[in-house]
Amino acid sequence: MMLRLQDVTKEFRIGAFGGKSVTAVRSVSFDVVPGEVVSLIGESGSGKSTIGRLILGLNPATSGSITFDGRPARAGKEYYRHVQGIFQDPFSSFNPVFKADRVFTMIKESYYPAVPEPEWAGRVRASLRDVRLNPDQVLGKYPHQLSGGQLQRLLIARALLLDIKLLVADEITSMLDASTRIDVLNLLAELKTRGLGVLYITHDLSLGNYLAERTVVLRKGGVVEMGPTDAVFGDPLHPYTRELLSAVPRLHEEWVDPAPVDSCLYHARGASGGLLEAEPGHFVACAQLESC
Amino acid sequence: MSLQVSELRVHYRTLKGEVRALDGMSFELADGEILGLVGESGCGKSTLGKSLIRMDGRMHHVGGRVVLDGRELPIADDRKMNDFRFREVSLIPQYAMSALNPTRKIRRMVTELLRSRGTTVDAAELERRMNQVGLPREVLDRYPIELSGGMKQRMVMVISTLLDPSLLIADEVTSALDVSTQKAVARALLGFRDSGYVKSMIFVTHDLALTHHIADTIMVMYAGKLAEKASADVIVKAPRHPYTRLLLDSLPEVGVRYAERRLEGIAGSPPSLLDPPKGCRFRDRCPLAGDECAEEPPVVEIAPAHHVACWKA
Repeated sequence: MMLRLQDVTKEFRIGAFGGKSVTAVRSVSFDVVPGEVVSLIGESGSGKSTIGRLILGLNPATSGSITFDGRPARAGKEYYRHVQGIFQDPFSSFNPVFKADRVFTMIKESYYPAVPEPEWAGRVRASLRDVRLNPDQVLGKYPHQLSGGQLQRLLIARALLLDIKLLVADEITSMLDASTRIDVLNLLAELKTRGLGVLYITHDLSLGNYLAERTVVLRKGGVVEMGPTDAVFGDPLHPYTRELLSAVPRLHEEWVDPAPVDSCLYHARGASGGLLEAEPGHFVACAQLESC
Repeated sequence: MSLQVSELRVHYRTLKGEVRALDGMSFELADGEILGLVGESGCGKSTLGKSLIRMDGRMHHVGGRVVLDGRELPIADDRKMNDFRFREVSLIPQYAMSALNPTRKIRRMVTELLRSRGTTVDAAELERRMNQVGLPREVLDRYPIELSGGMKQRMVMVISTLLDPSLLIADEVTSALDVSTQKAVARALLGFRDSGYVKSMIFVTHDLALTHHIADTIMVMYAGKLAEKASADVIVKAPRHPYTRLLLDSLPEVGVRYAERRLEGIAGSPPSLLDPPKGCRFRDRCPLAGDECAEEPPVVEIAPAHHVACWKA
């Protein structure tokens, strides 16, 4: 098990003096193993990005544990050698004042100061070719001279220069056009054949379905359903998952409203505390979300 | 015909020269028709939407005419357009948050807005329309910050169609919303057309699948020009332009898996509109391109109401 989240909860203090609190993530547990894409699906405010930030160590969890290769995940140089994140807006990931390839130089300075310059240049070019970029077209350019798709791929190339094991990809394709989006997705899918684990955070169900082996559906900070993508999308057990799936616009079908579910599978099976394992590996929460 | 656009050319002034964002667009929109306008970033779809209501300072009208309900729209004249805005042509912007005044409660904002146009609020009608899009009347006594993204978007929809405009331009109204909210907003838009609040609508988006659910006709744009225009079903089921086909092929639908069927993007990127290439603008990315493509393909009606600009179609 590479990444394991166990009962992770995150509360944010809000209000003028932090008098109120809001629970963004409530006791979420799941794993990511090497060579697997797990998609984390949820609507705005479901806590999906917060989970990504907790894993990357950008915010501390309020309770619960996040372990990476058996050790507690702790933000720091060693951790970021193996775990990297890429975010939604490529233009805010780059400093507009500097050339875009500065991100590679910064990696060299902090992680590989001993590598001679020519060898490093060779590694950068190889890494760029791995992400299907022509090095001559992207090196030496400023961020505004490159397209969003090129910048996102540049960031993937940057992560590949490190000894990366886990990539947290938070909505990395939502600002890209349909024609380039799919190339970035295919690239993520190729990463898993190198043994990388990818946590793909998205609100777009069709993209998650395309890419992921396993799917975790979040709502209001809690997991409502998770399991193999085929099972979650092919035979959704939770009414919320059904509602989400039915709202996705499809090319050859009309919108259909899902049939209302009156019985709660979770309750019917007499489960309590945590998720119900309805079939091997396929977990579902109570249909009422709060409690039956 | 409610809207006729002929040979419309709108350029952007930049330090490097003229960016030809719209380079000779012609199309028509019938009464009661919803036109879905799709294309990649930078293809000119938003420019087209903006040109019909308000050009910003960098845009200028180079040529072409726009006729709405038999009257020519003075699109180049910012002041003269004031008579048409809101009454004849209205817009739902992409970011509803920035369209609402954060310092006013909704009711006061609507009242002030209508007063500035010389009319008063018909409270019953306003509430009836809010009800139609699923907004409770209490929303009127709230500040914009107290509403969710979907509620704000629907509120803006109600406000911008209060004067029953002939043409409504919806610019990427659903792209910032979640799927279930998106569905509600899309259905509300259809409801507005069916109730006759707006006569016709241009729905600008980059989401082909969503457009198919709303639009009667879909127009695909590429690099400032029309690539293909036909009924929504024809575009989705029997597209003729290679660009439309590739665009459809690159759409991951629920049910398509990487492991089973690998989708492909479209290689390359659209040409710069600062100095667009001669001939077909899709030529460099087109798998079918041949010698004749060095010459610009005209827009041809290959079947009734099916327009394509491609030599190979």
